[in-house]
Amino acid sequence: MQCHTGARNVQKIMVCLKRVVDYNVRIRLKPDNSGVVTDGVKMSINPFDEIALEEALRLRERGVAAEVLVVGIGPADCQQQLRTGLAMGADRAILVEHDDEVLPLTAARVFLRLAEREQPGLVLLGKQAIDDDCNQTGQMLAALWGRPQATFASKLEIEAGVAVVTREVDAGLEVISVDLPAVVTTDLRLNEPRYVKLPDIMKAKKKPLETLTLAGLGVAPAGGLRTVAWEAPQARQKGAMVTDVDALVATLRDKGFFN
Amino acid sequence: MPKVLIVAEHSGGRLNQSTARCVSCALQIEGNGADVVVLGQDCAAPAAEAATLRGVARVLSVQRPENAAPLAAVLAPQIAALAAGYSHVLGPSTTFGKDLMPRVAALLGAGQVSDLMSVEGPRRFKRPVYAGNAIVTVEVPDSLPVVATVRTASFKPAGAGGAAAVEAATPGAELPGHTRFVEQRGGGGGARPDLQTARLVVSGGRGVGSEANFALLYQFAARIGAAVGASRAAVDAGYVPNDMQVGQTGKIIAPELYMAFGISGAIQHLTGIKDAGLIVAINKDPEAPIFQVADVGLVGDLFTVIPALERALA
Ligand SMILES: Cc1cc2nc3c(=O)[nH]c(=O)nc-3n(C[C@H](O)[C@H](O)[C@H](O)COP(=O)(O)OP(=O)(O)OC[C@H]3O[C@@H](n4cnc5c(N)ncnc54)[C@H](O)[C@@H]3O)c2cc1C
Ligand SMILES: Nc1ncnc2c1ncn2[C@@H]1O[C@H](COP(=O)(O)O)[C@@H](O)[C@H]1O
Repeated sequence: MQCHTGARNVQKIMVCLKRVVDYNVRIRLKPDNSGVVTDGVKMSINPFDEIALEEALRLRERGVAAEVLVVGIGPADCQQQLRTGLAMGADRAILVEHDDEVLPLTAARVFLRLAEREQPGLVLLGKQAIDDDCNQTGQMLAALWGRPQATFASKLEIEAGVAVVTREVDAGLEVISVDLPAVVTTDLRLNEPRYVKLPDIMKAKKKPLETLTLAGLGVAPAGGLRTVAWEAPQARQKGAMVTDVDALVATLRDKGFFN
Repeated sequence: MPKVLIVAEHSGGRLNQSTARCVSCALQIEGNGADVVVLGQDCAAPAAEAATLRGVARVLSVQRPENAAPLAAVLAPQIAALAAGYSHVLGPSTTFGKDLMPRVAALLGAGQVSDLMSVEGPRRFKRPVYAGNAIVTVEVPDSLPVVATVRTASFKPAGAGGAAAVEAATPGAELPGHTRFVEQRGGGGGARPDLQTARLVVSGGRGVGSEANFALLYQFAARIGAAVGASRAAVDAGYVPNDMQVGQTGKIIAPELYMAFGISGAIQHLTGIKDAGLIVAINKDPEAPIFQVADVGLVGDLFTVIPALERALA
């Protein structure tokens, strides 16, 4: 197959896909409070990562990029999410197998090794994983790699070795421009991911999925943060229902508002 | 003994209130006070403001043209250089701090405690995970600095009345040229109270139905002096700009009163308001999950309830 990659801005995009408890699942703590229940629970690609992959695929479809590589770190089961990524349209996948908890700093060190090996022009991650809610890995990777970061992206334009990224910030929107290679983390409004079609699932089975290990990449799990206890959040009690606006206003006044 | 450095957030010459909340958190780690670093092009005013916060021992002001915009790639190496003498480096869990602090942590070879919600000991903290569906206690070993973002809704702002010295600092760090600020586009907030600090918040969801209909909420909010928030569905539908989103991936707020109109109460939304004083829900569906957490609920059509509220409060 002939590839006309000369005009392309980015030869390769690396997308990080984390396997997480599906966002529709009601989270429950294990009876012994040692973590949340994940056995028999629906697992999915982290929603932000799905958006990252969609963006990469669109860039490839527009001819901006040549290849989309999806990578993940975790137990062998993560192959399912990487296969889903391949079915969505990624070209190949790498799973770095690791059975224990992966802290963001460890993940960033692994992704740094992969970036050094694969030399992507762009690395796309979700802004946060909806399990640990850390919102760290992309920024840490950018720091370790010594490259720019554009976090919370809601728009991404690539031209002549530069990415212009619109970021969702507390005050509204911020636009920054970064030299490639760069790390971009996605916000929810960047795009709407496509659905996977059945024939693509079949095709994805034939796409390459390589398996590596932390040790093989020369990465030791980061020391540091240790989770010592889990607990349920303090639940808010269900309050009272009122039947009309007058009763609502009376209640609010009673609580000290609008007096 | 712990020694805490707080990274200040500021814009337009004003200190963001999140900084005062970080000071309260720092005082629970080390009761004698914390240092604050303010980075900017011309940040004399916010540095002076930080010096008046009770609990601030010293303010470091790092003024240079490269610091004009808060670019994480530019600020992080300077903060990492200053962090040398500190056991803890704290920033707010706002988009500013979320962008910046992990970059600082990685440069220091440390992990980060995100959304620190309570101090259980100098190196032991609680934080929410799974959209607030579980709380974990985490510990950082003595061998590493504690880098954390502080969940601002969990801490009251430190009061005024301090008089710390402001010192100029020039951290020796090489600054990258690979990242450039282009522009900032404000949201639609205008003169309305700031969502993250407002005492009263009026919020609308998909049930509001359109951008035009949101005028009803703006008007009511203006009447009672409230800020206006929204659910993600309302933002996605284009009714309101993104900076109004409340929730797991939007703003985490703790107003005294939160009034939700036409919001179903998805867990990702509720995460953003669980520290609110009083939650009032108005929804036409009696089965809406928001009624399970609301302190006061009213089943009704928001298009009749809001005008009636205005009349009743007039
Ligand atoms: C990873 C992830 C992160 C997310 N983060 C957030 C977040 O930060 N914030 C957030 O809000 N959501 C977030 N969501 C989305 C969340 O799951 C819900 O989809 C969203 O909160 C729903 O918004 P809504 O309640 O406005 O809309 P709906 O769920 O559609 O509810 C609309 C409600 O309006 C009521 N209604 C309709 N008409 C009227 C009327 N005339 N009068 C009164 N009531 C009326 C209906 O009965 C209904 O209950 C996230 C989702 C994911 C997957
Ligand atoms: N174990 C992992 N495997 C794949 N991607 C990951 C992993 N951990 C973190 N990431 C990526 O980093 C992003 C942010 O994660 P976090 O910093 O944990 O909130 C996620 O959205 C993923 O894109």
